[in-house]
Amino acid sequence: MSTSTSFNRLTPYVFLAPAVVIMALALLYPLGYMIFGSFREWDPSQAMGESTYVGLKNYITLWNDPNFRESTFVTLKFAISVVTVEMFIGVGLALMLDRNLRGMSLLRTLFILPMMIAPVVVGLIWRYMYHPTLGIFNRGLKGVGLESVDWLGQHALLSVIIADIWQWTPFIFILALAALQSLPRSALEASRIDGATGWQQIIYIKLPLMMPVLIVTCLLRLIDAFKVLEVILVMTEGGPGLSTEILALRISRTATEFRELGVAAAMSNYLLMLLLFITVLMLVYNRVMEHRAARASRMIEESD
Amino acid sequence: MPEIYLDNLKKSYGDVEVLHGVDLLMEDAEFTVLVGPSGCGKSTTLRMIAGLETVTSGEIYIDRKPVSKLEPKERDLAMVFQDYALYPHMNVEKNMSFALRLEKRPKKEIKRKVQEVAEIVGLSEYLHRKPAELSGGQRQRVAMGRALTRDSSTFLFDEPLSNLDAKLRTQMRAELAMMRQRVRKNMIYVTHDQIEAMTLADRIVVMHGGYIQQQGTPEQLFKRPANKFVAGFLGTPPMNFMQATIEDAGNEVYLRGRGFDLRCDSHTVDRLAASRVRDILVGVRPCDLDYRPDAAADSAFDIDVVLSEYIGAQSVLIGDCDGQKIMVELKSDTPIALGERLRFSVQLADLHFFSLDDDRAIGQVDYS
Repeated sequence: MSTSTSFNRLTPYVFLAPAVVIMALALLYPLGYMIFGSFREWDPSQAMGESTYVGLKNYITLWNDPNFRESTFVTLKFAISVVTVEMFIGVGLALMLDRNLRGMSLLRTLFILPMMIAPVVVGLIWRYMYHPTLGIFNRGLKGVGLESVDWLGQHALLSVIIADIWQWTPFIFILALAALQSLPRSALEASRIDGATGWQQIIYIKLPLMMPVLIVTCLLRLIDAFKVLEVILVMTEGGPGLSTEILALRISRTATEFRELGVAAAMSNYLLMLLLFITVLMLVYNRVMEHRAARASRMIEESD
Repeated sequence: MPEIYLDNLKKSYGDVEVLHGVDLLMEDAEFTVLVGPSGCGKSTTLRMIAGLETVTSGEIYIDRKPVSKLEPKERDLAMVFQDYALYPHMNVEKNMSFALRLEKRPKKEIKRKVQEVAEIVGLSEYLHRKPAELSGGQRQRVAMGRALTRDSSTFLFDEPLSNLDAKLRTQMRAELAMMRQRVRKNMIYVTHDQIEAMTLADRIVVMHGGYIQQQGTPEQLFKRPANKFVAGFLGTPPMNFMQATIEDAGNEVYLRGRGFDLRCDSHTVDRLAASRVRDILVGVRPCDLDYRPDAAADSAFDIDVVLSEYIGAQSVLIGDCDGQKIMVELKSDTPIALGERLRFSVQLADLHFFSLDDDRAIGQVDYS
């Protein structure tokens, strides 16, 4: 083989190299570090080398720790409820706003603004709005003569869920809208001629056709919801009690307040496994879709 | 089955009027073809009849009832779209039965109807396939089948064959013509293909620039085009147009142009009398020119052969008649050579005359 051909064969790898280096430094190294650390008893004041190897102790301790379980439960409750509500509102809004009216583009831009605000700022804004005496909600309730609500106390989880819905519904909204606008127009027209009402169009044509996008959107959003941190940190710091202590928050507190890096790393790995499971679901879904498309084109060739 | 009547139908998008008052009566169970080049307003007209486009002004009457404010489903019609518009997530059976299922017809009846139609369009074996699993021709059949299952009084076709390849298009056109004989219903068919229009139509409506140019049977339009546009649009190869001057020479009247000098008979003189000006446009179809080397010079065109396009039994000759391009159809076995000057005679009755000002036909030959 001459030098030039072997160089040609190497070319793609040369181009890939920078990305691989960055991946290794920014992703694989920390990940490996974390997995390694999760098997050790490790205080932030120690260098990694000084820590002692404890095997699966951190994982077993966590598995039996009621607080960790509570925190996992809160995270699940949070993620599932925000994603469910966001899907309903986001898709609903998209269905409502998928039309050409004057000023609609401005309205659409306004709708996606919350997503662009830094999460810390969102947390701060909502904390003020939820303030027991000065917040707009309680003043509003008072204004109409109702009892004030202890937003961030008694209803802390509900309150952070509402804030998250406010911030992330737009994400679903824009993706759902994009999916809607890429639907085949003529199929929708055909359904009108076939006698479908607006609702029947949504149920029998639009939603089924949007489903692939919606499923991926839902999974992406779920992954994100499991990792939420800043908004809750700013609003409640996980309290009162453990009522809003989601996993990300507990991990950060274990590392900083309790100074147990090994346990924190193990907890991160539990979360990682959960997210990995969702990611695998998504990959499987994509595979199934690709497989179907391939089968379809095979059938066409056979029938021709 | 009802008649459909369009009364001064207009359509504007913003300030731009694209349809300038269309009046059209489609008789009961008639196959009407709207034909014209892109942007002539034919599809807009069809979509307004379907109820997919709003009516700017004017009215659509189906069975003497105004329908322009009604939803598509209240107009009792079925439509076949250019891109088939199948529901991608439903299999063939579900696609065809969608309308019936929305009407909540009994399951048995739906099943029977779907099978009956699938038989007609030849899809019985494919009922459980999804559109993505079908070839172009099969999808086109599903679209037809879906329209047929509905039992509507009116069928609308929006360029249904234009996405098919040439061979399949010819085949589907024939199948459509055969289906037409079995299904006696109102059919309105939009196409830009004049062969489809000529072969399928009971009534052709030629549209151009948002106006109806002419309507009538294919034969009427071919033999007596009302204006230059219709004359040039129908027929392949298209009609040749040449400028000419009407000149009196003693007792005779001549039609003089570049490369020809035709002596007119009394009948032609009568026809030309309808023109108030001397300069007119002469139209002659490529098939009306006969290769006659022995013809008299005052009844023929002398044409230099530039190119011969062989298409089988017939050839299309592209010639030059004193600087004007002219097309002639002749038998392929005619012995001719490129660059030769040939004489083609013409029957005066086969000539078409048009005004140079407004392109209208002058002194139409009355065949009726």
